[in-house]
Amino acid sequence: MTVTGVLGILVFAAVLIAIAKPVGLYLYAVYDQRRTFLDPVMRPVERGIYRLAGVREEKEMSWLEYFLAILAFNLVGFIVLYGFLRIQGALPLNPAHFKDVGPHLSFNTAVSFMTNTNWQAYGGESTMSYLSQTMLMVQQFLSPISGLAMILAFIRGLTRRNAHSLGNFWVDLTRTVLWVSLPVSFVGAMVLVALGSPQNWGPYVTAHTLQGARQSIAQGPVGMMNAIMQFGDNGGGFFNMNAGHPYEAPTIASLMVQLILGFSIPVGLTYYFGKVVKDTRQGWTILGAMMAMFLAGALVMYHAEALGNPLLAHLGIHGANMEGKEVRFGPALSSLFETSTTAVSWGSTAAANDSLMPIGGLITLFNMMSGEVIIGAWGVGLLGMLAFAILAVFLAGLMVGRTPEYLGKKIQAYEVKMATLAMIVPTFVILGLSAWAVTSKGGLAGIYNPGPHGLSEVLYAFSSGVGNNGSAFGGLDAAAPFYTWTVGLAMLFGRFAMYIPALAIAGSLVQKQSVPESAGTFPTHGTLFGGLLIATVVIVGALVFFPALALGPLAEHFALWSGHVFGGGA
Amino acid sequence: MSIHELKSQALSSSAVSQAIGEAFRKLNPRWMMHNPVMFIVEVGSVFTTLDAVRLLIEGNASLFNFTLQIAIWLWLTVLFANFAEALAEGRGRAQAQALRSTRTETMARKIGPSGTIEAVPGTQLRVGDRVVVAAGEIIPSDGTIIEGVASVDESAITGESAPVIRAASGDMSAVTGGTRVLSDQITVQITANPGETFLDRMISLIEGAVRQKTPNEIALAILLAGLTLIFVVVIMATEPFSIYSGAVVSMTVLIALLVCLIPTTIGGLMSAIGISGMNRLLQRNVLAMSGRAIEAAGDVNVILLDKTGTITMGNRMATEFVPMPDVKESTLAEAALLSSLSDETPEGQSIVRLARERFQFTQTPADLGNAEFHEFTAQTQMSGIDFGGRLIRKGSSKSVPAFVKEQGGSLPPEMDGEVTRIGRLGGTPLVVAEGDRILGVIYLKDIVKPGIRERLQALRDAGIKTVMITGDNPVTADTIAKEVGVDDFLAQATPETKLAYIKQEQAEGYLVGMVGDGTNDSPALAQADVAVAMNSGTQAAREAGNMVDLDSSPTKLLDIVEIGKQILITRGAMTTFSVANDVAKYFAIIPAMFVAVFPGLEAMNIMHLTSPESAVLSAVIFNAIIIPLLIPLALRGVRYRPVGAAVILRNNLVVYGLGGLVLPFIGIKLIDLVVTALHLVSLHP
Repeated sequence: MTVTGVLGILVFAAVLIAIAKPVGLYLYAVYDQRRTFLDPVMRPVERGIYRLAGVREEKEMSWLEYFLAILAFNLVGFIVLYGFLRIQGALPLNPAHFKDVGPHLSFNTAVSFMTNTNWQAYGGESTMSYLSQTMLMVQQFLSPISGLAMILAFIRGLTRRNAHSLGNFWVDLTRTVLWVSLPVSFVGAMVLVALGSPQNWGPYVTAHTLQGARQSIAQGPVGMMNAIMQFGDNGGGFFNMNAGHPYEAPTIASLMVQLILGFSIPVGLTYYFGKVVKDTRQGWTILGAMMAMFLAGALVMYHAEALGNPLLAHLGIHGANMEGKEVRFGPALSSLFETSTTAVSWGSTAAANDSLMPIGGLITLFNMMSGEVIIGAWGVGLLGMLAFAILAVFLAGLMVGRTPEYLGKKIQAYEVKMATLAMIVPTFVILGLSAWAVTSKGGLAGIYNPGPHGLSEVLYAFSSGVGNNGSAFGGLDAAAPFYTWTVGLAMLFGRFAMYIPALAIAGSLVQKQSVPESAGTFPTHGTLFGGLLIATVVIVGALVFFPALALGPLAEHFALWSGHVFGGGA
Repeated sequence: MSIHELKSQALSSSAVSQAIGEAFRKLNPRWMMHNPVMFIVEVGSVFTTLDAVRLLIEGNASLFNFTLQIAIWLWLTVLFANFAEALAEGRGRAQAQALRSTRTETMARKIGPSGTIEAVPGTQLRVGDRVVVAAGEIIPSDGTIIEGVASVDESAITGESAPVIRAASGDMSAVTGGTRVLSDQITVQITANPGETFLDRMISLIEGAVRQKTPNEIALAILLAGLTLIFVVVIMATEPFSIYSGAVVSMTVLIALLVCLIPTTIGGLMSAIGISGMNRLLQRNVLAMSGRAIEAAGDVNVILLDKTGTITMGNRMATEFVPMPDVKESTLAEAALLSSLSDETPEGQSIVRLARERFQFTQTPADLGNAEFHEFTAQTQMSGIDFGGRLIRKGSSKSVPAFVKEQGGSLPPEMDGEVTRIGRLGGTPLVVAEGDRILGVIYLKDIVKPGIRERLQALRDAGIKTVMITGDNPVTADTIAKEVGVDDFLAQATPETKLAYIKQEQAEGYLVGMVGDGTNDSPALAQADVAVAMNSGTQAAREAGNMVDLDSSPTKLLDIVEIGKQILITRGAMTTFSVANDVAKYFAIIPAMFVAVFPGLEAMNIMHLTSPESAVLSAVIFNAIIIPLLIPLALRGVRYRPVGAAVILRNNLVVYGLGGLVLPFIGIKLIDLVVTALHLVSLHP
């Protein structure tokens, strides 16, 4: 580890904290219908859309209606995308003449982009036509908004009292597209193009290398796709190797812009949350707990990577573990990016996670297994954290001698039931599917590395699916039917097992009276509660994976340091 | 035997041995099903026992030894939990037994339709029947006195041996079945059907027959069941993972890990905590009609306290005579004395005392001869005496001046000033007049109960708003409110304003607690979230309340709030402790499970436990014995101090959260040392 590396990570964290408030205030203006500088342009457009779609702006929805609207919206997105992929060969904008995408892969990809997972079982530049890439990009605009809408509804549930409705999904959707997604990704794309990413619709270029070989250089609307890919925490990059590809992140500056784009909405939402509940300390506490876990992860990973591989050291090769890393990024920036991609759940990578040191791999797994709550993607990260906050309040809240309450709302049997459900299902799916994979023929066939590393690969795939992360460890035959279907299911469960209970909680809380704060109120702000929240995430959320992690990255780590390796490789 | 005598019996040897027997009886799976956490442990115990038998048959002595010990400790875990529950229940059962002995079959003298009296068994009385009860007889069922006055021995229920007076009409008209009339004869209208009497309800409550889970208990049970379910899946998935990794993990070790991870500590102690909370209330002579009410007591944010009796001594004392300018103080004092000689109220007596102290008057009621005494009524608002042509009156600052004007007199301008001054000081002004002349004002002072200030401050620190209810005017009320430090007051309170006040607080999201006794308190009691009715009160009040205070002590609500909080705190503390314990257990068992296939994992054996077998056994033993070790705490409850929630949280998080994290590391290590020293299992690493 170098001082510069550590400082760089700390400065980056400081930047994130600094942008939380302005972003949060902007979101507050957008969703609380206050004035923004975009109103003169967007408001007429918004009205026009409602008129065309027949949406009554002021009509609010119950939690079930809100959920059904999201479900319908997602279902249509899925069907359209699936259809386009299946008949891509017959459609225009296909200069590389790619064939139709097969049914397994189409299902997997359509689910993946609908759920904001962006798990890529395909290589973009070798599978998808420009039209298909554009259709993927449409989902990259739309799928994060489902998550964002969820948190808007959930926060309304927490703040309104004796009410029944949680807002109007179509309004939340439209305002997000017009005020947030479009303007930011437009500016973002311009910046990324200025920093060197290509943006065109032309055919791939054929180059003749110095050795005389012919090489096809892929290009296309990279800048524009990358902007929304990062901003929406989607992660489905234009190129198979994502930010590791020089066209996706040509420079360190470009990579930093992408990092900040990815973090902006999730950190801004924490401030927005505090603003809406009329106590910004609440938002800062949540962000503080998230940042503490994020920084711990980034620094531990950086330490492990910088320490390097002891087996190579025995051979006289000292220095950081550079396998699978871009030389231009180095271990510090790579560690920061890989921690971010798993923590914020965007899922595009700048390094090969499969080649991280076992402890580095452990951090990526931890970030996803804890429920993608360490910052997390649009809305869902904060939502998961608030579900943990509810659990923490319930576990420890009784200790102050009152029925536990969060932000004045009593946490009772129904909320506990739903929060427990939201916690149980992801665990079941990750462990169940992983157990199936490592004991079935189909699952074992796709594992390229035997031993503990193989288990890590399997655990990673399902954690990434359930967490709607989308990044891949690698080393796994993700395009094999076994994994396209199981990971596809994992993505669906991960998304909807979270949506339904969360909205149900919101639907129950919104009807409750709010208990005014007093000296007897359990404080849900400050370092004490932040610490409690972290402990709950670690003990209740992540430690249940301890036996699995012991057999995966931990076993590998200790074996590695005692000079033991697990042979083979496909 | 009364409830009081039973207080110290909880941990006596007979109670313990009875609870041990009960712990075995509770092993019946049909009973265990009620508690999913402990049911899983029981199922695990059965499987490990079968595994042990299989190993015995196979002749695998070493593994048999290990498995048998695990099985034994798993069974003990279940038994310890059952024991805790049985011990808590045992306390209640002894109390119920004592009560049941008073509910002997009594014969009642029922008044027939034609006025004739017939003897019927007490158990056949129904609502509306009327019975006659004379001295020496036991009141056959709950009812309201409709005729007569009697002294009643209620010790069977309250444990208080001094008899109480019960009389028709008024707030002391309720009588309870099972109590004994000591003198006189009363006619009682029955208000409860057989099986629904106060005593019946009390017995069934204590026995737990109707003990339903409280809302927080239900929510916690869901969470515990959810955690248990998660760990079942974790353990089920661990087996395929170990097969993939080439590790051989026996079912016994998997079950041991499962039992250690699921929240057995709180799972085993949860019902004991609830039952003992109810018992603690009973020990303070409070009977809660439901567990829900006790829990609500912990949640109360606003409590209404009657000024008289709760905040101030029941009676006001005369402390000063304030004569009008042209009146001598002794003249005023004499008139006040004369008008009060026949006044048996404490206020009247205090006037007599003060007058005698200041001017050595010697008159006694006998000197009054054939004087006509006017008693104080709510309508006239004054009392007085007509004696030897003198018309002496004392009363409120409205009624007495009205009387003087009626007599043709005029009011001295100083009077109003004095009345206001006394009111502002928190006193009650009593105006004294003779004929058409105002003589002066008596200053009746409210005496604040010693220690009440501190108790109210404690409530404020706990975040509870206190509201004083009084019939006084707002000025007087404000002064007393400031003096004792209540947050708000409701002056000139009527049943309607009380009800309205409660509703308004509830609309703002507060839970309201109050104490009441009279029939006119019933609407407010029914509306309040925690309503403590005094046992001495009317049947209507008792029906409306969700708790009955057998001591009829107005400050009991404060105790009830504390007990309610204590139950919640104890439950939360044990839950946090239980969950935090998991960390150490992971570190004990996980390396032990897999060290054979991945020797490097020995590095995670941070407690340096001797061998895999000793590690697993030590964790299981720790998990088992922590339950009986915490039984005293579960029965007694975690101490509650009235400080802010932030401080309580910090303290309890340090003790039960951090303690729960650290203690098992130490405990498991110590047990491992013992296991190693005794060579209980294979010590081969």
